Amino acid sequence: MNSVNNCLLCGVGGQGTVLASRLIAFAAMEKGMDVRTAETIGMAQRGGCVASHVRVGKNIDSPLIPKGTADVIIAFEPAEAVRCISYLKKGGTVIVNDKAVKPVTAALMDSGYNGEEMLDYLKCNIENLTVINGDEIYGKCGSFKVLNTVLLAAAARSGALGISKEELESAVLKLVPSRFHEINLKAIEIVYENK
Amino acid sequence: MELKKEFLMGNEAIALGAIHAGVNLVAGYPGTPSTEILETVAKRNNGDIYVEWSVNEKAALEVAAGASYAGARTLVTMKQVGLNVASDPLMSLAYVGIKGGMVIVSADDPGPISSQTEQDTRHFAAFAKLPVFDPSSPEEAYDMIGDAFEYSEKYNTPVLFRPTTRVCHGCASVKVNENIKKNVPEGFIKDTQRWVIFPRTSYLNHLKIENRNPKIGEDFSSYRFNWIEDCPKEGAESGNWLHIAASGISYAYLKEALKCMGDNISRNVRILKIATAYPFPEKLALEFLKDASEVLVFEELDPVVERELVYICGKHNLKVTVKGKSDGTVQAAGENSVESVQSVLNSLLNINYGEDVSGDIPPMPARPPVLCAGCPHRASFYAVKQAAKGKKAVFSGDIGCYTLGNSQPLDMVDTCLCMGADVTIAQGIHRIEPDTLNFAFIGDSTFFASGITGVINAVYNKTDMILIVLDNSTTAMTGHQPHPGTGVTMMKEISQKISIENILKAIGLAYVKTVDPFCLEEAVAAVKEAAGKDGVRAVIFKSPCIAISKPLKKFNVSKEDCIGCKKCIRELGCPAIVRNGGKVEIEDSLCFGCGLCTQVCPKGAICSSDKEGNLK
Repeated sequence: MNSVNNCLLCGVGGQGTVLASRLIAFAAMEKGMDVRTAETIGMAQRGGCVASHVRVGKNIDSPLIPKGTADVIIAFEPAEAVRCISYLKKGGTVIVNDKAVKPVTAALMDSGYNGEEMLDYLKCNIENLTVINGDEIYGKCGSFKVLNTVLLAAAARSGALGISKEELESAVLKLVPSRFHEINLKAIEIVYENK
Repeated sequence: MELKKEFLMGNEAIALGAIHAGVNLVAGYPGTPSTEILETVAKRNNGDIYVEWSVNEKAALEVAAGASYAGARTLVTMKQVGLNVASDPLMSLAYVGIKGGMVIVSADDPGPISSQTEQDTRHFAAFAKLPVFDPSSPEEAYDMIGDAFEYSEKYNTPVLFRPTTRVCHGCASVKVNENIKKNVPEGFIKDTQRWVIFPRTSYLNHLKIENRNPKIGEDFSSYRFNWIEDCPKEGAESGNWLHIAASGISYAYLKEALKCMGDNISRNVRILKIATAYPFPEKLALEFLKDASEVLVFEELDPVVERELVYICGKHNLKVTVKGKSDGTVQAAGENSVESVQSVLNSLLNINYGEDVSGDIPPMPARPPVLCAGCPHRASFYAVKQAAKGKKAVFSGDIGCYTLGNSQPLDMVDTCLCMGADVTIAQGIHRIEPDTLNFAFIGDSTFFASGITGVINAVYNKTDMILIVLDNSTTAMTGHQPHPGTGVTMMKEISQKISIENILKAIGLAYVKTVDPFCLEEAVAAVKEAAGKDGVRAVIFKSPCIAISKPLKKFNVSKEDCIGCKKCIRELGCPAIVRNGGKVEIEDSLCFGCGLCTQVCPKGAICSSDKEGNLK
């Protein structure tokens, strides 16, 4: 692993990117690493585009990841992955949820946006790409709320996050309310069991 | 001693720094990006600190001033536009001074990301003649807040502290000192010469301030967060320094950019890092400027450091070119970033670092922020829109989530200016256009903060308007803070719930009615009834924010019954209602079960569904 690991989490306000970035930061701090992050908080949280920058390592100055240096992009939504793609370093990893969040503007203008064009672009251009079937995970876990844990688990499994399965599990136990422990741990298992 | 490291958001670091500095009283009004400071003090309060959300920033600053007169260390928190509201007490307090240390945090928002303006609190500091601290990271903010209290007491003056969004909402591993300084306030000691502002004393105090501030500037020249930093480059021509000044988060971007650009820059770099733009550390700046011929300045918002450097060069007859915002070298507005710094260095040094990665990226859908699915404001706006159909009407809006009522398809916000202005703007429009129905939309927290005086103005001056209070029982946009209508305080005490309806009745409005906006028929009827009367009328739409209530049930669309007319999409713009082919679907993960769409669908095709999304 590099001396600095940059992880960009992006999605739509309300999807849980902030908690996901906290989980990475916690896991890294537990290992004695320094962490610097930047979050989107405020008006954009109401269904707008949000991004959390998480940087792990020594002597990091900027809270925002410089473009072209992200080791991994964890995208909660296909178009948001594409929107942030300039942050990815050459050969970087992208984990993307395949379920599109259709904006109100798309419904009003009947743009037909369903995320497929975005996924096609990613498939053609990103070598290290993991597409997560959001609906399938929901089906297995029975909740929409585990999306962030699922994506993190996929990133951890790819090796690009610099965090192990066990470290992620202990971060979940520490930061997530106890009534959601079981479902989140189950989500991690499902990701690791998937071929 | 090895200090403990905590992972803290900048705002949490500021709060903790203040707690460890022995703050006795904290008052503020919520505003992004400052809100979490006061919330963190309340959360980590060991019981010794008095914390309140005040009714607005002016009240907060005055409460703190009183406590400070009595010897307490006080912290006041707000966003930059809040400082405009608090500017009346601020300007006078600058003359009167304080006893207990007083730090006023006014968080600036370059971008702006969540604000009306890109105003710069450092200018406000110079205008009010108050020292200002400008941290470049959460770590620095933690240490600096303690310093701010020390300087405040050393010079008996309130001081300003202005973090920016990326410091407030950035997190870092911060070394924290767990000792809490004990500060026991002496109490208020009467002294009319000191605490009563009069023209004569103001003249004398003005002289004192003008005499004092250059001394603070001198003091700041050796302040630990102002420094000159040399970054020599191996093999570079000696003496050929590239001089760059930076302040706040721009310093972090500069350092990162230099690291990224590495050997692309072949010159030695000398940095002047400024944490106190006012009073300016002139001595330190002169040391930096002594063998410079050109200085580049990176800072966000206004060119404050830049102009100070130009002034010093003029004053000391130095032949130095200062490049920055004023000459167009650096962008005049918006946020800086590592990339923006790199691009300036690229063009200035004639190098070409970084590459264009745009390529053939497909067009992405626009995603402006919208009212949440299930938001009661959507129902309220829709009810007013229905009631005002075919009538000449202007809809004045205000600051809060409900500003988002301006977006399509609701399109129900014609004006938005500042906190409370909807009520009074409506009156002004009505004076010039008396045949127009004037609606003013105001949220509950905004009503308490600065709406009441506008309503009194309307009744006193016998205007004609319809006030629509959007009461969702919280301060939603900033993250659900309590306010006078909620009946709880930041000291976790139960307080009297102040009734908006009773206030309006006491003011003497011609018509006041409270309705649930989700009972669409009743809501439209109430607005129509109000519109049919004269004078100042009010409809209070009362329904809690979805973030503080639980979803009741879910709704879904019957594929057989949906005729694909899209009325629900065209009229409501709910993010949970999406197109699928020729028909409409409800996104189960977003639906909150408000049921507004069921009252709009002409075919009754939207029904409540079970947990799996199957129609019942």
